[in-house]
Amino acid sequence: MKKILVLALALIMALSCFTALAEGIKVGIINLDPSESGYRQANVQNLNDVFTADNGYDATFVTAPTADKQLEAANSFITEGVQYILVSAAEVTGWDEVLEAAQEAGIGVFLFDRLIECDPSLYTAAVVSDMPKEGETAVAWLESLNLDEYKILHIQGQLGSAAQVGRSGALTAKCDAEENWTIVREGTGGDSWDPNEARNIAQAAIDAGEDFNIVYAENDGMAAGVVAALDKAGITHGVNGDVIIMGFDCNKWALKKVLDGEWNYDGQCSPFQAAKIDEMIKALEAGEEIEGGIIYNDEVGFDAATITEEDIDTYGLGTLEDEVTLD
Amino acid sequence: MSNGFKKKMMSELSQLVIPLIALAILILFNLIRDPGFFGIGVAVNNDGNRVLTGNLISIIDSASELAIIAMGMTLVTAACGGQDISVGAVGAISGAVFVKMIQAMGGINAGTFAVALLLAIVVTICFKLFNGTLVSVFRIQPMIATLILYSCGRSIAYWINGDATPQLTSPILTAIGMTIPGIPVPTPIFCVLLVGLLLALIFRFTNISLYTQSVGINQGAARLNGINPIVIKLLSFVLLGVCVSVASLIGISRLGQLNHKTLLVDIEMDAILAVAIGGNNLGGGKFKLSGSILGAYIIQMLTTTLYAMKVSPVNVKAYKAIVIIIIVIAGSPVVKEKVTALWKKLRSSGAAIRKEVG
Amino acid sequence: MQNDVVLTMRGIVKTFPGTRALDGVDFTLRKGEVHALMGENGAGKSTLIKVLTGVYEKDAGSIWVEGSEGEAHIHSPQDAQNIGISTVYQEITLCPNLTVAENMFIGRTAGQKVNWKEYEKRATEILDNLGIPARARQELSHCSLAVQQMVAIARAVDMQCKVLILDEPTSSLDEKEVEMLFKLMRDLKSRGVGIVFVTHFLEQVYEISDRITVLRNGQLVGEYPVSELPQVELVARMMGKDLNDMEDLEQVGAKSAGKAEVVYEASGLSSTECRPYDFSIRRGEVNGFTGLLGSGRSESVRAVFGADRVTGGKVKVKGKEVKISNPHDAMKNGIGYLPEDRKRDGIIADLSVRENIILALQVMKGFFHPMSKAQMKEFADEYIKTLQIKTASQDTPIKSLSGGNQQKVILARWLLTHPDYLILDEPTRGIDVGTKLEIQKLVLKLAEEDMSVTFISSEIEEMLRTCSRLIVMRDRKIVGELTGDQLTQGYVMKTIAGGEQ
Repeated sequence: MKKILVLALALIMALSCFTALAEGIKVGIINLDPSESGYRQANVQNLNDVFTADNGYDATFVTAPTADKQLEAANSFITEGVQYILVSAAEVTGWDEVLEAAQEAGIGVFLFDRLIECDPSLYTAAVVSDMPKEGETAVAWLESLNLDEYKILHIQGQLGSAAQVGRSGALTAKCDAEENWTIVREGTGGDSWDPNEARNIAQAAIDAGEDFNIVYAENDGMAAGVVAALDKAGITHGVNGDVIIMGFDCNKWALKKVLDGEWNYDGQCSPFQAAKIDEMIKALEAGEEIEGGIIYNDEVGFDAATITEEDIDTYGLGTLEDEVTLD
Repeated sequence: MSNGFKKKMMSELSQLVIPLIALAILILFNLIRDPGFFGIGVAVNNDGNRVLTGNLISIIDSASELAIIAMGMTLVTAACGGQDISVGAVGAISGAVFVKMIQAMGGINAGTFAVALLLAIVVTICFKLFNGTLVSVFRIQPMIATLILYSCGRSIAYWINGDATPQLTSPILTAIGMTIPGIPVPTPIFCVLLVGLLLALIFRFTNISLYTQSVGINQGAARLNGINPIVIKLLSFVLLGVCVSVASLIGISRLGQLNHKTLLVDIEMDAILAVAIGGNNLGGGKFKLSGSILGAYIIQMLTTTLYAMKVSPVNVKAYKAIVIIIIVIAGSPVVKEKVTALWKKLRSSGAAIRKEVG
Repeated sequence: MQNDVVLTMRGIVKTFPGTRALDGVDFTLRKGEVHALMGENGAGKSTLIKVLTGVYEKDAGSIWVEGSEGEAHIHSPQDAQNIGISTVYQEITLCPNLTVAENMFIGRTAGQKVNWKEYEKRATEILDNLGIPARARQELSHCSLAVQQMVAIARAVDMQCKVLILDEPTSSLDEKEVEMLFKLMRDLKSRGVGIVFVTHFLEQVYEISDRITVLRNGQLVGEYPVSELPQVELVARMMGKDLNDMEDLEQVGAKSAGKAEVVYEASGLSSTECRPYDFSIRRGEVNGFTGLLGSGRSESVRAVFGADRVTGGKVKVKGKEVKISNPHDAMKNGIGYLPEDRKRDGIIADLSVRENIILALQVMKGFFHPMSKAQMKEFADEYIKTLQIKTASQDTPIKSLSGGNQQKVILARWLLTHPDYLILDEPTRGIDVGTKLEIQKLVLKLAEEDMSVTFISSEIEEMLRTCSRLIVMRDRKIVGELTGDQLTQGYVMKTIAGGEQ
């Protein structure tokens, strides 16, 4: 088995020698599996769209769900002699050795989407989402509504994940600070951000006769879960409804719901980091100095009152197929 | 005569004693905590239909997918002496096929719905037959045999459906996920009844129960009595497949969308627990579907109770685990034996005292 | 207490729901004697032993063991072992994939550093000492059953036991192996070990025992020196009646089937487990396969039933050529098979007596034709009555019945299918004398009613009593077919042994 692997690897290397003849900036891109989420799918697509031969790149893409496969890919990129490595890491630790090797080989490293716990000198720049800012944007939007009272049903994501911690942070801080902001009920969709669990929690809150006028769900799927429970109980929601619905991630289907007025707000978690990295690589190749370190992606929130079809096309994740309905 | 009947009822029920007690305690606990906990009300939903509301309805409604899959899991457990851990992932595949078919046919009406559901069931059965073949022909432990689909099933669902989270709006799906206009009882409850009835009919008109138990208890002896263990094991997986497809349909209908990542997520563990709580031997052999269904409702009631008590999200899982462990231990052979012995002692000493007094 | 007594049990009572398994039983074991514990199935032998070894707790009575002060309190098998009571059960309870030495010392190394070299040395000493033909480093599964049995005994002996209980140690051994075992027992006896010997083989009792204690229905019948209790008397005491029944049977014998129709005929039949052979049986005939254990007699009949994978041969049932490749085919052709290993291949342990009885008939009726509950009950009742199966009810799980009654249930299962040809592989193994006789009589009655029966038993006498034709096997080959005058014990033995050479 091992022998076959070695043989296969040798073959791949031999092949890559041929492809090396092609012109362009050599980059190796290590990402997570696109089936992970709509977000990841969009992220992979975004990188594919930017790092093309037409754009002056000779890019190799690897998508792997686990740390060891990712490390393996990174090592082979180093031996192959790429000029830049782009990584969205499956695990935050364990990268030091590989990154040091890359540095020694003079390879530029860009982190995207996820940070790695290591010395910042080991990478050129990191383009990531600012999760706490996502929360702040959402809370600021909520505040701008100037409601008399904020009674919130708060559905958290996977506890401890960067997205959950960031998106919960601003809200809990606000609720602690303001008299008229209360979290009526708090629950979590668990490790899989399960919409069905969100539905269960909302159902329990409704059955207990709890009074809330805002649903702050930390991703789109869980918002949909809560909405299912509201629909069943005859509680109106969205524009002109009794309950304000907020989601995150900006899946196209969710933005559509915002556009239709079923939901009120969707906060962006941008997977579009490729353009920024492209810009920096081009600058480096042109011999310019760049400002490295952690760079936050611009992220916005969408309001039912102002969202447009173009917004959905530009910022929405995934594909939006025509909704299947009764003929 | 009446004594014999009583004895028989006792032995029939003995397997259900622990789950029934657990259920009774949960009910009692909730009644003490909140006397109105099980109150049932009527509301008008956003489609303008009347629906029953209240915790009791929510519990029975929400446990539907679990109850249906637990029934199938019971059969696989009984025949194969192991569990299928890929039911959630295969449920996602079933959903993906269903939605893909609906999309291909351009919309939902009674006809396309039936065709899509049928095809989803057929595809699901094929995947289950794959599991079943590994288990019955190649004699691979069920958990290992289903591990493959457990880990890659959702990727297959993704591959079938692409990156979309397809939205489906149709009176048919609303009727399945919520209520049929004019009938205030949530439809998933009827789905459980329907699957239960279907299995009851199969049990009534075939020998599947006797064969399955024989194979599960002593495969070699079953074979020497003319039973084909391979066929029986495959059959159990086929029936589980049907259950999974139905549960998957309910899951999609509830949210009006398919999310291959989260549809029926983690349901395999709850289903196995339901089977165990129902007093069924996870090593196969004798089984009671009613036990597993009861187990499913206990799990859901526990979840709802914890939510009703506003237990913090961080602790919900831990509390759930503790209660379940207590139920499972209470149902273990060791505890049962000790309790029975104690009961006898108490009774005989009680009789002795009565005699002395008399 | 006499000073040569190692074990005294007085007034032992043990009740189970519905039954009093032991009712004031006394038992005394002396140093250096082999003491046979006799009784029909359900007489209380197993219960008495389980009380003695701490598997069950007694409800009343006292136990004294030499060397321990006062009454012995035995609450677990560990307690029993600690005061010098060791048991070797019928089913070997060792680990087949460990070595002999490991098996002898495993679980006894608590608190000590495991030094297998040392243990292997000690194991070798013990094995040599007892004359057991096994090597310490040999994997146990490579030893014959008898040797495995002896290793189990060696393990028990090394625990410095005063009392050694052998529960049906010979039931799966052939004669030579039994001889080996007896040699070992005599050796232990001379070292002063008291041996409790439980068996169904009467001849063996008389060969090795010094004293006999007889139980019946949970009560003590009596304790006798072997010399004062002739075999017939023993059987009578065990059964609680006189021996007319037995004599009846001797007189009946079996009559030849003559020129009746050939019900089953095979030529060149072979399976993965047996070599090609020819065989046929006529209507109403009782024949038997005999030979030492492992001679291929069971494997041959398994091929008839399709129990192992059939690899070749032509089969005719009632003159018509048929294909029998699995048990279901065989059943459809009117063949029934009671397997040799009741526990492994016969009973469905957790299912009720009723379900076990109707199983084969139900399968023959087909998957889509379940019998009504009423019909099942009727069938079960009928056979529980005819075969006098002792069970609390039809709903009792078969596993809680005694061995003999379990066997009757399996027998009922096949009789219910009304087969033309019934194969009984060791139907009398491990069951009490009374039931043995009942089964033999039943076989003859069935033949009278025109059923063809193949009867296999380790006890040649039993076969001589029932069969009109004996097929003798040696080394997986048929070496003789005996009928008429040839059917004497001596001649059969000679054929099995292979004549003079």
